[in-house]
Amino acid sequence: MKKIEVIQNILEANEAIASRNQQLLDKHKVFAINIMSAPGAGKTSLILQTLTRLKGMLNIAVIEGDVASTVDAEKVQSEAKAVVQINTRNMPESCSLMAAMIESALKDMPLDNIDLILIENVGNLICPAEFNLGEHKRVVISSLPEGDDKPIKYPLIFVDADAVIINKMDLLPHVDFDIAAFRRSIVGLNPRAEIFELSSKTSEGIERWCFWILEQVETHVGKR
Amino acid sequence: MHELGVTENIVNISLTKAGEAQAKKVIRINLVVGELSGFVPDCIQFYFDFLSKDTIAQGAVLHFESVPAQLRCRNCSMIFQPQDTLWSCPECGGQSVEIFTGRELYIESMEVE
Repeated sequence: MKKIEVIQNILEANEAIASRNQQLLDKHKVFAINIMSAPGAGKTSLILQTLTRLKGMLNIAVIEGDVASTVDAEKVQSEAKAVVQINTRNMPESCSLMAAMIESALKDMPLDNIDLILIENVGNLICPAEFNLGEHKRVVISSLPEGDDKPIKYPLIFVDADAVIINKMDLLPHVDFDIAAFRRSIVGLNPRAEIFELSSKTSEGIERWCFWILEQVETHVGKR
Repeated sequence: MHELGVTENIVNISLTKAGEAQAKKVIRINLVVGELSGFVPDCIQFYFDFLSKDTIAQGAVLHFESVPAQLRCRNCSMIFQPQDTLWSCPECGGQSVEIFTGRELYIESMEVE
């Protein structure tokens, strides 16, 4: 019997593809944002608002990740430059997008005509935290009906976020969501995360969020 | 929920390493899994038994070393293990913390013959 030292990260295969994805995106000057949240927090609605608001300023493509259906892709079809729907139902893993899925999706996209790709991850606060896709920024949405304790219950996804969005602000009078407590949890876990309060339904706060995107894209790829 | 892909990687890495060492059989794989990483050892074992069938890793023992979550207080630098879900520093009460250990997921070593 003989012992072999290995010390090899098991997620290395995903990391390697993610880094290839980012190189490809950088080569074509495309900025990518990975949008993650629990199901129903408002990923698709926010993407729709963002598409509408940034129309004419950025060419935006969308990658939709869902376990099944093309419902979300159909919703964003008319506003986006390109849409690719990924259904994870028949993949080895269905709970999260993974770098290899993005790699195939990018093959179907006219990257030279795109400035920004919004990647809508599978609705889930656990698994997507583990899988880098090659994105430049990670955004997590929490919505008021979910309660203000999500950063405490699912810390990992918030620890790595570049921005955290508090969505459905229009429901504030109707739900017990302590905005200050939520903000404290985020700042504690991740002081560098930008926090946005907005409502995709009323458009309140959308402007600041879109401004942040423009700023990120401009800083990163130097074009607009 | 996402252990299948992870286990495929474990099988691939161990077969590659065993091949490099010209081993005939993989006896044991020592894995290090952080408490905060979302991976369930029982699930990995279940997939491993399936995926390693008819390879030299079939029947290998998977040994999981769990690394407890340790946090570092950004205020006083104290390193501590969080109690339940409240991630506040027992020393100064600070609520600004970073993860020090607990996100590991790697193959530490293997025993082959």
